[in-house]
Amino acid sequence: MAAQIRVLRRRIRSTQSIKKITRAMELIATSRIAKARARVDESRPYAEQITMVLTQLAQRAALDHPLLVERENTKKAAILVITSDRGQAGGYNHNVLKAAEALLSLLREQGKEPVVYVVGRKGVNYYRFRKRPVAASWTGFSEQPAYANAAEITRVLVAAFMAGAGERNEEAAIDEAGAEAEQVVAVDELHLVYTQFQNMVTQTPSTRRMAPLQIEYVDQDEVTGERNHEGDEHRTLPQDAVHRLYEFEPDADALFDALLPKYIRARLFAALLESAASESAARQRAMKAATDNANELIRSLTLEANQARQAQITQEISEIVGGADALVSAGSEDR
Amino acid sequence: MADMHVELVAVERRLWSGEATFVRARTTVGEIGVLPGHEPTLAQMEDAGVVRVDGTDGRRLTAAVHGGFLSITPESVTVLAEFAEFAEEIDVSRARSALDRADDSDAEGAAAVRRAQARLRAAGAAE
Repeated sequence: MAAQIRVLRRRIRSTQSIKKITRAMELIATSRIAKARARVDESRPYAEQITMVLTQLAQRAALDHPLLVERENTKKAAILVITSDRGQAGGYNHNVLKAAEALLSLLREQGKEPVVYVVGRKGVNYYRFRKRPVAASWTGFSEQPAYANAAEITRVLVAAFMAGAGERNEEAAIDEAGAEAEQVVAVDELHLVYTQFQNMVTQTPSTRRMAPLQIEYVDQDEVTGERNHEGDEHRTLPQDAVHRLYEFEPDADALFDALLPKYIRARLFAALLESAASESAARQRAMKAATDNANELIRSLTLEANQARQAQITQEISEIVGGADALVSAGSEDR
Repeated sequence: MADMHVELVAVERRLWSGEATFVRARTTVGEIGVLPGHEPTLAQMEDAGVVRVDGTDGRRLTAAVHGGFLSITPESVTVLAEFAEFAEEIDVSRARSALDRADDSDAEGAAAVRRAQARLRAAGAAE
Protein backbone atom coordinates (compact mmCIF):
# COMPACT_ATOMS: atom_id res chain seq x y z
CA MET A 1 0.00 0.00 0.00
CA ALA A 2 2.60 2.50 1.09
CA ALA A 3 4.80 1.31 -1.76
CA GLN A 4 2.06 2.04 -4.27
CA ILE A 5 1.76 5.62 -3.07
CA ARG A 6 5.49 6.09 -3.34
CA VAL A 7 5.47 4.84 -6.93
CA LEU A 8 2.60 7.16 -7.82
CA ARG A 9 4.32 10.16 -6.27
CA ARG A 10 7.47 9.39 -8.20
CA ARG A 11 5.57 9.20 -11.45
CA ILE A 12 3.86 12.51 -10.73
CA ARG A 13 7.21 14.15 -10.11
CA SER A 14 8.78 12.87 -13.33
CA THR A 15 5.71 13.83 -15.34
CA GLN A 16 5.95 17.31 -13.89
CA SER A 17 9.53 17.71 -14.97
CA ILE A 18 8.72 16.45 -18.46
CA LYS A 19 5.91 18.96 -18.56
CA LYS A 20 8.32 21.76 -17.72
CA ILE A 21 10.53 20.76 -20.63
CA THR A 22 7.73 20.49 -23.17
CA ARG A 23 6.24 23.75 -21.97
CA ALA A 24 9.57 25.52 -22.42
CA MET A 25 9.94 24.06 -25.91
CA GLU A 26 6.43 25.17 -26.73
CA LEU A 27 7.21 28.73 -25.72
CA ILE A 28 10.45 28.78 -27.67
CA ALA A 29 8.72 27.41 -30.76
CA THR A 30 5.99 30.02 -30.43
CA SER A 31 8.47 32.86 -30.44
CA ARG A 32 10.35 31.26 -33.33
CA ILE A 33 7.22 31.08 -35.49
CA ALA A 34 6.74 34.80 -35.17
CA LYS A 35 10.35 35.40 -36.15
CA ALA A 36 10.24 32.92 -39.01
CA ARG A 37 7.05 34.44 -40.37
CA ALA A 38 8.55 37.90 -40.19
CA ARG A 39 11.48 36.64 -42.23
CA VAL A 40 9.14 35.11 -44.79
CA ASP A 41 7.43 38.48 -45.09
CA GLU A 42 10.72 40.33 -45.36
CA SER A 43 11.93 38.14 -48.15
CA ARG A 44 8.78 38.73 -50.17
CA PRO A 45 9.64 42.13 -51.74
CA TYR A 46 12.77 40.66 -53.33
CA ALA A 47 10.90 37.66 -54.67
CA GLU A 48 8.23 39.92 -56.14
CA GLN A 49 10.72 42.30 -57.69
CA ILE A 50 12.90 39.63 -59.20
CA THR A 51 9.82 37.98 -60.67
CA MET A 52 8.84 41.29 -62.19
CA VAL A 53 12.28 41.92 -63.64
CA LEU A 54 12.37 38.42 -65.09
CA THR A 55 8.96 39.00 -66.56
CA GLN A 56 10.21 42.08 -68.36
CA LEU A 57 13.24 40.22 -69.58
CA ALA A 58 11.31 37.21 -70.77
CA GLN A 59 9.69 39.42 -73.41
CA ARG A 60 13.01 40.23 -74.95
CA ALA A 61 15.43 37.46 -74.25
CA ALA A 62 15.63 34.25 -76.16
CA LEU A 63 14.10 31.62 -73.93
CA ASP A 64 16.67 28.97 -74.63
CA HIS A 65 18.56 29.03 -71.35
CA PRO A 66 19.26 25.49 -70.19
CA LEU A 67 17.27 26.19 -67.03
CA LEU A 68 14.18 26.74 -69.14
CA VAL A 69 14.52 24.05 -71.74
CA GLU A 70 12.70 20.81 -71.24
CA ARG A 71 15.05 17.91 -71.87
CA GLU A 72 13.84 15.25 -74.23
CA ASN A 73 14.95 12.15 -72.42
CA THR A 74 15.28 12.79 -68.73
CA LYS A 75 17.28 10.06 -67.12
CA LYS A 76 18.01 11.40 -63.68
CA ALA A 77 16.00 13.69 -61.48
CA ALA A 78 17.36 15.38 -58.39
CA ILE A 79 15.12 15.73 -55.36
CA LEU A 80 15.88 18.13 -52.57
CA VAL A 81 14.08 17.18 -49.37
CA ILE A 82 13.87 19.82 -46.68
CA THR A 83 13.54 18.36 -43.19
CA SER A 84 14.38 19.62 -39.72
CA ASP A 85 17.51 19.13 -37.65
CA ARG A 86 15.70 18.27 -34.45
CA GLY A 87 12.74 16.08 -33.71
CA GLN A 88 9.88 16.82 -31.30
CA ALA A 89 7.97 18.40 -34.13
CA GLY A 90 5.04 16.03 -34.45
CA GLY A 91 4.44 14.74 -37.94
CA TYR A 92 6.53 17.42 -39.61
CA ASN A 93 9.41 15.28 -40.81
CA HIS A 94 7.25 12.24 -41.37
CA ASN A 95 4.97 14.19 -43.69
CA VAL A 96 7.81 15.67 -45.71
CA LEU A 97 9.52 12.31 -46.07
CA LYS A 98 6.25 10.69 -47.06
CA ALA A 99 5.75 13.29 -49.78
CA ALA A 100 9.33 12.66 -50.88
CA GLU A 101 8.68 8.91 -51.09
CA ALA A 102 5.58 9.53 -53.19
CA LEU A 103 7.57 11.72 -55.55
CA LEU A 104 10.35 9.15 -55.70
CA SER A 105 8.04 6.38 -56.77
CA LEU A 106 6.32 8.69 -59.26
CA LEU A 107 9.66 9.51 -60.83
CA ARG A 108 10.64 5.86 -60.94
CA GLU A 109 7.39 5.07 -62.71
CA GLN A 110 8.27 7.66 -65.30
CA GLY A 111 11.52 5.86 -65.81
CA LYS A 112 13.71 8.48 -64.17
CA GLU A 113 16.38 7.64 -61.71
CA PRO A 114 16.03 9.82 -58.62
CA VAL A 115 19.04 11.41 -56.93
CA VAL A 116 18.36 12.52 -53.38
CA TYR A 117 19.68 15.70 -51.75
CA VAL A 118 18.76 16.37 -48.14
CA VAL A 119 18.55 19.36 -45.87
CA GLY A 120 18.24 18.66 -42.14
CA ARG A 121 19.64 16.02 -39.83
CA LYS A 122 16.35 14.12 -39.55
CA GLY A 123 16.22 13.51 -43.27
CA VAL A 124 19.86 12.46 -43.31
CA ASN A 125 19.22 9.92 -40.56
CA TYR A 126 16.14 8.64 -42.34
CA TYR A 127 18.05 7.81 -45.48
CA ARG A 128 21.10 6.55 -43.62
CA PHE A 129 19.00 4.15 -41.56
CA ARG A 130 17.50 2.76 -44.75
CA LYS A 131 20.95 2.64 -46.34
CA ARG A 132 19.88 4.72 -49.29
CA PRO A 133 22.44 6.88 -51.04
CA VAL A 134 22.23 10.64 -50.57
CA ALA A 135 24.08 12.74 -53.13
CA ALA A 136 24.70 15.61 -50.72
CA SER A 137 23.27 16.93 -47.49
CA TRP A 138 23.29 20.14 -45.50
CA THR A 139 22.49 20.37 -41.82
CA GLY A 140 22.53 22.81 -38.95
CA PHE A 141 20.31 25.63 -40.15
CA SER A 142 16.83 24.21 -40.53
CA GLU A 143 15.32 26.55 -37.97
CA GLN A 144 17.10 29.70 -39.05
CA PRO A 145 18.21 29.41 -42.64
CA ALA A 146 20.43 32.15 -44.02
CA TYR A 147 20.57 33.22 -47.61
CA ALA A 148 24.12 31.91 -47.79
CA ASN A 149 22.75 28.42 -47.13
CA ALA A 150 20.32 28.73 -50.00
CA ALA A 151 23.11 30.04 -52.21
CA GLU A 152 25.34 27.08 -51.38
CA ILE A 153 22.61 24.52 -52.03
CA THR A 154 21.63 26.19 -55.28
CA ARG A 155 25.24 26.23 -56.41
CA VAL A 156 25.52 22.47 -56.04
CA LEU A 157 22.10 21.72 -57.52
CA VAL A 158 22.43 24.04 -60.48
CA ALA A 159 25.91 22.68 -61.17
CA ALA A 160 24.46 19.17 -61.26
CA PHE A 161 21.68 20.36 -63.51
CA MET A 162 24.02 22.15 -65.86
CA ALA A 163 26.23 19.08 -66.01
CA GLY A 164 23.17 17.23 -67.25
CA ALA A 165 22.69 19.88 -69.89
CA GLY A 166 26.27 19.38 -71.01
CA GLU A 167 25.39 16.66 -73.46
CA ARG A 168 23.19 18.94 -75.47
CA ASN A 169 24.30 22.39 -74.51
CA GLU A 170 28.03 22.26 -74.13
CA GLU A 171 28.82 25.95 -73.93
CA ALA A 172 26.43 26.97 -71.19
CA ALA A 173 27.47 24.15 -68.93
CA ILE A 174 31.17 24.58 -69.21
CA ASP A 175 31.84 27.44 -66.81
CA GLU A 176 29.52 26.09 -64.12
CA ALA A 177 30.42 22.45 -64.48
CA GLY A 178 34.09 23.21 -64.90
CA ALA A 179 34.33 24.86 -61.52
CA GLU A 180 32.34 22.10 -59.95
CA ALA A 181 33.93 19.12 -61.63
CA GLU A 182 34.82 17.29 -58.39
CA GLN A 183 31.88 14.94 -58.02
CA VAL A 184 28.94 16.20 -59.97
CA VAL A 185 26.06 13.88 -60.68
CA ALA A 186 24.45 15.05 -63.86
CA VAL A 187 20.70 15.44 -63.51
CA ASP A 188 17.99 16.53 -65.91
CA GLU A 189 15.38 17.78 -63.49
CA LEU A 190 15.34 19.44 -60.10
CA HIS A 191 12.53 18.79 -57.69
CA LEU A 192 11.93 20.28 -54.30
CA VAL A 193 10.00 18.79 -51.40
CA TYR A 194 9.28 21.21 -48.61
CA THR A 195 6.54 22.23 -46.23
CA GLN A 196 4.25 25.08 -47.09
CA PHE A 197 3.26 27.28 -44.22
CA GLN A 198 -0.41 28.01 -44.68
CA ASN A 199 -1.30 29.13 -41.20
CA MET A 200 -0.55 28.26 -37.60
CA VAL A 201 -2.47 24.99 -37.73
CA THR A 202 -2.02 23.92 -41.33
CA GLN A 203 1.29 23.14 -42.92
CA THR A 204 1.21 21.00 -46.00
CA PRO A 205 4.15 19.20 -47.51
CA SER A 206 4.38 20.09 -51.15
CA THR A 207 6.51 19.17 -54.10
CA ARG A 208 7.46 21.39 -56.97
CA ARG A 209 9.77 21.34 -59.88
CA MET A 210 12.52 23.93 -59.70
CA ALA A 211 14.09 23.28 -63.06
CA PRO A 212 13.50 23.35 -65.89
CA LEU A 213 11.18 26.26 -65.19
CA GLN A 214 7.94 26.53 -67.03
CA ILE A 215 6.73 29.76 -68.46
CA GLU A 216 3.11 30.60 -68.42
CA TYR A 217 1.42 33.47 -70.12
CA VAL A 218 -1.43 34.87 -68.07
CA ASP A 219 -3.89 37.67 -68.77
CA GLN A 220 -4.51 39.16 -65.38
CA ASP A 221 -1.95 41.62 -64.11
CA GLU A 222 -0.97 40.05 -60.85
CA VAL A 223 2.66 39.51 -60.06
CA THR A 224 2.33 36.58 -57.70
CA GLY A 225 4.74 34.60 -59.79
CA GLU A 226 3.96 31.16 -58.59
CA ARG A 227 1.35 28.50 -58.89
CA ASN A 228 1.55 25.05 -57.51
CA HIS A 229 0.19 22.01 -59.25
CA GLU A 230 1.56 18.61 -58.41
CA GLY A 231 5.22 19.18 -59.01
CA ASP A 232 4.73 21.86 -61.60
CA GLU A 233 5.92 25.40 -61.59
CA HIS A 234 4.64 28.34 -63.53
CA ARG A 235 5.77 31.87 -63.81
CA THR A 236 3.10 34.41 -64.29
CA LEU A 237 3.80 36.96 -66.93
CA PRO A 238 1.54 39.95 -66.47
CA GLN A 239 0.24 41.48 -69.63
CA ASP A 240 0.70 45.15 -68.82
CA ALA A 241 4.45 44.68 -68.77
CA VAL A 242 4.48 44.26 -72.53
CA HIS A 243 4.04 47.96 -73.15
CA ARG A 244 7.25 49.01 -71.49
CA LEU A 245 10.38 49.06 -73.55
CA TYR A 246 13.48 48.64 -71.53
CA GLU A 247 17.10 49.31 -72.17
CA PHE A 248 19.35 46.48 -71.11
CA GLU A 249 22.83 46.64 -69.71
CA PRO A 250 24.45 44.33 -70.77
CA ASP A 251 22.17 42.74 -73.38
CA ALA A 252 18.95 40.98 -72.49
CA ASP A 253 20.26 37.46 -72.91
CA ALA A 254 23.25 38.02 -70.64
CA LEU A 255 21.02 39.62 -68.03
CA PHE A 256 18.59 36.77 -68.26
CA ASP A 257 21.33 34.22 -67.76
CA ALA A 258 22.60 36.10 -64.73
CA LEU A 259 19.15 36.51 -63.22
CA LEU A 260 17.80 32.98 -63.58
CA PRO A 261 20.13 31.37 -61.04
CA LYS A 262 19.35 34.20 -58.64
CA TYR A 263 15.69 33.57 -59.17
CA ILE A 264 16.09 29.89 -58.33
CA ARG A 265 18.15 30.84 -55.32
CA ALA A 266 15.45 33.19 -54.11
CA ARG A 267 12.84 30.50 -54.61
CA LEU A 268 14.87 27.97 -52.67
CA PHE A 269 15.47 30.49 -49.92
CA ALA A 270 11.74 31.14 -49.70
CA ALA A 271 11.15 27.40 -49.43
CA LEU A 272 13.72 27.12 -46.65
CA LEU A 273 12.10 29.97 -44.75
CA GLU A 274 8.64 28.49 -45.13
CA SER A 275 9.89 25.13 -43.98
CA ALA A 276 11.49 26.77 -40.95
CA ALA A 277 8.23 28.48 -40.07
CA SER A 278 6.34 25.21 -40.57
CA GLU A 279 8.82 23.33 -38.43
CA SER A 280 8.37 25.75 -35.56
CA ALA A 281 4.62 25.67 -35.93
CA ALA A 282 4.59 21.87 -35.97
CA ARG A 283 6.85 21.78 -32.92
CA GLN A 284 4.73 24.30 -31.09
CA ARG A 285 1.63 22.20 -31.68
CA ALA A 286 3.33 18.95 -30.76
CA MET A 287 4.72 20.43 -27.57
CA LYS A 288 1.38 21.97 -26.67
CA ALA A 289 -0.20 18.55 -27.03
CA ALA A 290 2.57 17.02 -24.93
CA THR A 291 2.09 19.61 -22.20
CA ASP A 292 -1.66 19.04 -22.22
CA ASN A 293 -1.13 15.29 -22.00
CA ALA A 294 1.28 15.75 -19.11
CA ASN A 295 -1.29 17.86 -17.29
CA GLU A 296 -3.92 15.20 -17.85
CA LEU A 297 -1.58 12.48 -16.63
CA ILE A 298 -0.64 14.46 -13.54
CA ARG A 299 -4.33 14.97 -12.76
CA SER A 300 -5.23 11.30 -12.99
CA LEU A 301 -2.11 10.21 -11.11
CA THR A 302 -2.83 12.69 -8.32
CA LEU A 303 -6.35 11.35 -8.09
CA GLU A 304 -5.05 7.82 -7.86
CA ALA A 305 -2.46 8.75 -5.26
CA ASN A 306 -5.07 10.50 -3.16
CA GLN A 307 -7.37 7.50 -3.34
CA ALA A 308 -4.54 5.21 -2.31
CA ARG A 309 -3.66 7.48 0.60
CA GLN A 310 -7.31 7.64 1.68
CA ALA A 311 -7.59 3.87 1.42
CA GLN A 312 -4.48 3.50 3.56
CA ILE A 313 -5.85 5.84 6.24
CA THR A 314 -9.20 4.03 6.22
CA GLN A 315 -7.44 0.72 6.59
CA GLU A 316 -5.29 1.98 9.46
CA ILE A 317 -8.35 3.33 11.29
CA SER A 318 -10.22 0.08 10.87
CA GLU A 319 -7.19 -1.82 12.12
CA ILE A 320 -6.95 0.39 15.23
CA VAL A 321 -10.69 0.15 15.84
CA GLY A 322 -10.59 -3.58 15.31
CA GLY A 323 -7.64 -3.90 17.69
CA ALA A 324 -9.34 -1.77 20.34
CA ASP A 325 -12.56 -3.79 20.01
CA ALA A 326 -10.60 -6.99 20.46
CA LEU A 327 -8.93 -5.62 23.60
CA VAL A 328 -12.25 -4.41 24.99
CA SER A 329 -14.01 -7.75 24.38
CA ALA A 330 -11.02 -9.65 25.81
CA GLY A 331 -11.15 -7.46 28.99
CA SER A 332 -14.94 -7.96 29.50
CA GLU A 333 -14.60 -11.73 29.35
CA ASP A 334 -12.00 -11.58 32.15
CA ARG A 335 -14.38 -10.02 34.62
CA MET B 1 11.18 69.18 -58.40
CA ALA B 2 10.54 65.74 -59.72
CA ASP B 3 11.07 62.79 -57.45
CA MET B 4 11.26 59.13 -58.04
CA HIS B 5 10.41 56.23 -55.84
CA VAL B 6 13.46 54.25 -54.83
CA GLU B 7 13.49 50.81 -53.31
CA LEU B 8 16.53 49.08 -52.00
CA VAL B 9 15.60 45.42 -51.67
CA ALA B 10 17.84 42.68 -50.37
CA VAL B 11 16.92 39.01 -50.25
CA GLU B 12 16.42 38.93 -46.51
CA ARG B 13 14.77 42.31 -46.07
CA ARG B 14 13.72 45.56 -47.68
CA LEU B 15 16.46 47.99 -46.71
CA TRP B 16 14.90 51.23 -47.74
CA SER B 17 11.98 52.57 -49.63
CA GLY B 18 11.21 56.21 -50.25
CA GLU B 19 11.40 59.23 -52.50
CA ALA B 20 14.73 60.29 -53.89
CA THR B 21 16.19 62.73 -56.38
CA PHE B 22 19.30 60.87 -57.44
CA VAL B 23 20.72 57.35 -57.48
CA ARG B 24 24.24 56.40 -58.39
CA ALA B 25 25.47 52.89 -59.00
CA ARG B 26 27.99 51.03 -61.06
CA THR B 27 26.85 48.44 -63.57
CA THR B 28 28.92 45.85 -65.34
CA VAL B 29 29.17 48.33 -68.20
CA GLY B 30 29.98 51.46 -66.26
CA GLU B 31 28.90 54.05 -63.77
CA ILE B 32 25.29 55.13 -63.97
CA GLY B 33 23.63 58.14 -62.42
CA VAL B 34 19.85 58.12 -62.37
CA LEU B 35 17.67 61.20 -62.19
CA PRO B 36 13.88 61.17 -62.23
CA GLY B 37 12.48 60.52 -65.70
CA HIS B 38 15.27 58.17 -66.68
CA GLU B 39 14.69 55.89 -69.61
CA PRO B 40 13.47 52.41 -68.54
CA THR B 41 16.52 50.27 -67.99
CA LEU B 42 17.41 46.91 -66.55
CA ALA B 43 21.03 46.62 -65.60
CA GLN B 44 23.26 44.14 -63.89
CA MET B 45 25.39 45.84 -61.30
CA GLU B 46 28.99 44.96 -60.71
CA ASP B 47 29.50 42.02 -58.42
CA ALA B 48 30.29 44.09 -55.38
CA GLY B 49 29.54 47.74 -55.53
CA VAL B 50 28.36 50.84 -53.79
CA VAL B 51 25.00 52.50 -54.31
CA ARG B 52 24.30 56.08 -53.35
CA VAL B 53 20.78 57.37 -52.96
CA ASP B 54 19.98 61.05 -52.37
CA GLY B 55 16.67 61.19 -50.56
CA THR B 56 14.29 64.10 -51.02
CA ASP B 57 14.72 64.93 -47.35
CA GLY B 58 18.35 65.72 -48.06
CA ARG B 59 19.58 62.51 -46.55
CA ARG B 60 22.29 60.73 -48.45
CA LEU B 61 22.28 56.95 -48.15
CA THR B 62 25.21 54.84 -49.07
CA ALA B 63 25.04 51.07 -49.16
CA ALA B 64 27.32 48.23 -50.10
CA VAL B 65 25.52 45.95 -52.55
CA HIS B 66 26.57 42.49 -53.67
CA GLY B 67 25.14 40.70 -56.65
CA GLY B 68 22.73 43.47 -57.49
CA PHE B 69 20.36 44.38 -60.28
CA LEU B 70 18.98 47.74 -61.17
CA SER B 71 15.50 48.18 -62.54
CA ILE B 72 14.73 51.72 -63.64
CA THR B 73 11.47 53.20 -64.85
CA PRO B 74 10.71 56.91 -65.24
CA GLU B 75 8.96 56.92 -61.87
CA SER B 76 10.96 54.46 -59.86
CA VAL B 77 14.28 52.79 -59.28
CA THR B 78 14.61 49.37 -57.70
CA VAL B 79 17.89 47.96 -56.54
CA LEU B 80 17.71 44.20 -56.12
CA ALA B 81 20.60 42.76 -54.18
CA GLU B 82 21.60 39.42 -52.80
CA PHE B 83 23.30 41.14 -49.90
CA ALA B 84 23.10 44.79 -49.00
CA GLU B 85 24.23 46.82 -46.05
CA PHE B 86 23.95 50.49 -45.19
CA ALA B 87 27.21 52.32 -44.71
CA GLU B 88 26.45 52.92 -41.05
CA GLU B 89 25.74 49.22 -40.45
CA ILE B 90 29.04 48.06 -41.86
CA ASP B 91 31.51 46.76 -39.36
CA VAL B 92 34.66 48.39 -40.69
CA SER B 93 37.11 46.36 -38.65
CA ARG B 94 35.45 43.14 -39.75
CA ALA B 95 35.55 44.19 -43.38
CA ARG B 96 39.24 45.04 -42.95
CA SER B 97 40.08 41.69 -41.46
CA ALA B 98 38.05 39.96 -44.19
CA LEU B 99 40.12 41.86 -46.71
CA ASP B 100 43.35 40.81 -45.01
CA ARG B 101 42.25 37.21 -44.70
CA ALA B 102 41.00 36.85 -48.26
CA ASP B 103 43.36 35.09 -50.58
CA ASP B 104 42.94 36.53 -54.04
CA SER B 105 44.72 33.72 -55.84
CA ASP B 106 41.48 31.91 -56.74
CA ALA B 107 38.16 33.20 -58.04
CA GLU B 108 36.38 32.84 -54.73
CA GLY B 109 39.04 34.72 -52.83
CA ALA B 110 39.10 37.49 -55.40
CA ALA B 111 35.33 37.87 -55.04
CA ALA B 112 35.75 38.08 -51.27
CA VAL B 113 38.37 40.80 -51.72
CA ARG B 114 36.04 42.77 -53.97
CA ARG B 115 33.20 42.40 -51.49
CA ALA B 116 35.33 43.59 -48.61
CA GLN B 117 36.61 46.51 -50.66
CA ALA B 118 33.07 47.50 -51.61
CA ARG B 119 32.04 47.45 -47.97
CA LEU B 120 34.98 49.61 -47.00
CA ARG B 121 34.27 52.02 -49.84
CA ALA B 122 30.63 52.28 -48.79
CA ALA B 123 31.64 52.94 -45.21
CA GLY B 124 34.02 55.61 -46.43
CA ALA B 125 36.94 53.83 -44.85
CA ALA B 126 38.82 52.73 -47.94
CA GLU B 127 42.41 53.78 -48.02
